[in-house]
Amino acid sequence: MQDIIKVSALSKQFRNITAVDNLSFTVKQGDVYGFLGQNGAGKSTTIRMLLTLITPTHGTIELFGLDLRSHRIEILKQVGAIIEKPDMYKYLSAYENLKLFAKLSGVKCTDKMLMHQLEMVGLAGREKDKVKTFSQGMKQRLGIAISLIHDPKLIILDEPTNGLDPQGIADIRNLILHLSREMGKTVFVSSHLLNEIEQIATRVLIIDKGKKIVEGTAEELFDPSQTIVELDTLNNKQCMELLQQSQWQQCLQPQRSHTLLLKMHRDQLPALHKWVVEQDVGVISLQPRHTLEDFFLQVTSGKQYVEAFTD
Amino acid sequence: MWKLLQIELYKIFKRPRTYISFAAITALIGVIQLGLKMDGQAYVDFLMNSLKDNFEFDGQILNAYLVCYIILQLLLIHVPLLIALIAADMISGEANMGTLRLLLTKPVSKTQFILAKFLASSIYTFILLVWIAVFALAFSIYLFGTDDLIIQKTSYVVQIAENDVFWRYIGAFGFAFLSMLTVTALGFFLSLFAENSIGPIVTSMSIIIFFTILSTMTIPLFQKIQPYLFTTHMVNWKEFFDEKVDSQNVVIPGSIQNPQKIIDSALILVLHIVGLVSASIFIFKRKDVLS
Amino acid sequence: MMKHFLIILVAAVGFQTSAFSQDMTELINKVSAKLNQVNDYTAEGSLKTDVSFIKAPSGKVKVYFKKPNKFKLKKDGGISILPKGGVSINMNSMVMTSGYVALAAGESTVDGVKTKIVKLLPTDENSEIVLSTLYIDEANLLVRKAVTTTKENGTYEMGMTYSKYSNYGLPDKVVFSFNTKDYKLPKGITLEFDEGEKSSDLDKLKNKKGRVEITYNSYIINKGVDDSIFK
Repeated sequence: MQDIIKVSALSKQFRNITAVDNLSFTVKQGDVYGFLGQNGAGKSTTIRMLLTLITPTHGTIELFGLDLRSHRIEILKQVGAIIEKPDMYKYLSAYENLKLFAKLSGVKCTDKMLMHQLEMVGLAGREKDKVKTFSQGMKQRLGIAISLIHDPKLIILDEPTNGLDPQGIADIRNLILHLSREMGKTVFVSSHLLNEIEQIATRVLIIDKGKKIVEGTAEELFDPSQTIVELDTLNNKQCMELLQQSQWQQCLQPQRSHTLLLKMHRDQLPALHKWVVEQDVGVISLQPRHTLEDFFLQVTSGKQYVEAFTD
Repeated sequence: MWKLLQIELYKIFKRPRTYISFAAITALIGVIQLGLKMDGQAYVDFLMNSLKDNFEFDGQILNAYLVCYIILQLLLIHVPLLIALIAADMISGEANMGTLRLLLTKPVSKTQFILAKFLASSIYTFILLVWIAVFALAFSIYLFGTDDLIIQKTSYVVQIAENDVFWRYIGAFGFAFLSMLTVTALGFFLSLFAENSIGPIVTSMSIIIFFTILSTMTIPLFQKIQPYLFTTHMVNWKEFFDEKVDSQNVVIPGSIQNPQKIIDSALILVLHIVGLVSASIFIFKRKDVLS
Repeated sequence: MMKHFLIILVAAVGFQTSAFSQDMTELINKVSAKLNQVNDYTAEGSLKTDVSFIKAPSGKVKVYFKKPNKFKLKKDGGISILPKGGVSINMNSMVMTSGYVALAAGESTVDGVKTKIVKLLPTDENSEIVLSTLYIDEANLLVRKAVTTTKENGTYEMGMTYSKYSNYGLPDKVVFSFNTKDYKLPKGITLEFDEGEKSSDLDKLKNKKGRVEITYNSYIINKGVDDSIFK
């Protein structure tokens, strides 16, 4: 599989803020690559660097095996993008906007092709209306029409479901699946909501404060053998000593706070339960992390699990 | 490039804001013409006040050429605002609308993008001036007819023969175009630094007003810096309306008193334009689009 | 214009019969009689204005005259700038009053021609003209030079050159000189930014008198002139 995006040691410094910090990842052809992070994690900065809107401070970006800086125009011909909310010329109609951007994308479109594109995104009948009369969802659909008009190989979507209603969100999800499965496109999609991504992404990258937290397939991140258990008792110190002398010793993870961390296969949990109760250390809680959502919230709000996964 | 320019022009002339300028100019010129048509004699008497004690005039002093001169004198101070309205919006307006980032993800060279945008605003400026020329000159000719042009300067009066005027207006409009192009370049340059168009429009106008005040004041300190202000040079279209005289103080037809001054000022304005546009390209290529 | 002024001047003076200056009156009567041959004329010529602070192109003019006092200068297209009083004030004020005293004031040479100097004093106190001095070429009965002092418009000087039309007492060239006031407009009105260009031409002419020069190419004499022209 060809590397569609290859980012190496990418950093972006805005004055004294490091927005993106030494980030590396690779997107393969055909991937639906989920790019996760909370608001302000550096997702948009990364995406803008992929689209040459922002110049990196350090690092290199290759798209389709070409250096982005030296082959900008060539590369952008094969990329379609929606960055944050889709904005068009409000004083132009949907049709006029689409035609204008088609021209800019370097494709010659007949009226029929343009109308077909509008039909595909469900805007037929509204093509003559000025964009200023459109709802957020309609603008989003027009944005998609614009980003796909030149039949790009790579589609970059930055928070595509922002401001959409549940139906709109479902539509986008279906569209991404359609693009990937039926049309063989590579999709790079960012979100701060994991449940959107986990249903469609073949790979996931999670970043926080500009740094890579974890990257892998959804299956990898779900891997039952990689379940993290957070254990809290009345006497964690004593519990720790007992654990170190037990069969659980090799599951112990470095401690980040007062709670104890263990990594094990899901199936071992009942045995752990039983063992801890038997030690009579006063169990307060014993929590496994097994959904990506839970994991995502944890990794992005506190750092304790990060090391556990990135060891 | 041609495709980009077409698109930019399409955008300019599709937006209602563009036509405000044309409406404003038509109204302003119309008002001046109406006023002069109704009460022109009183205005001429006022103009000629300093001369009429000693001299008698015979002929149509208030003719199209004078009307056009009056209009240009009054209007060219205000046209920069109308130009800034579009030029200072070229980049900042797109940033504000959010279309800038979409445009720049298209396979388009940033240098060509900036040049196309600047060219498009220049064409707008040009059309605006042609509009002024048509209304202020052609329509005045229809309303007032032509005769010699008498212009009062601070220390002398110039009379230009009727058949010697028209080409001077072509020159003057050409020069005015350079002046206004400088304003276009300034507004355009400033539009790089903002994400709404109000800031650059107000800043462009403030700079022009501030420099114009410096250019006008006869205070020695200011006079030293006046040659370096582009506003000082912007008004030199008037030099087309000054003539050389022979040893008998008779005007040499078709002459310009100080052609070097026009050339120098034009060069300074061209330098400003080239400088501002180059700076715009240089900065834009390195600028991060965060809007 | 100047010619007209002369005719009126001379004609008016001709009426007065003071014994005090009998000789001079006779001379003036002769001059007047010569001028009276002309009932009307239309002349074509060129006009040059030379005032330090006016840059004016030379232009073609047409001059119309009809007895006793109708006079009109028309620029052939364009606007004419002429010193005030040069035409209208002299014409009107002088015809209305008839009382003058003519005094001999010696002799002088104008452009190499010997002339008699005659000073004309109006007897009417309301007259616009305070004093006129004529330099008359006695042999040819032509006025070579006239200096007129007016109440309102200062002193004018006219120099006349004759050739083809000297039989009618009509000059080929008239140079009208007059004093000018300083001219200066504030920058605020002219909207000029830099100092008004002080060209060397202007400096040279500073403090010089203003001049208007009319060179006549041709006269059409006594062929009738329509009254409507003078309106």
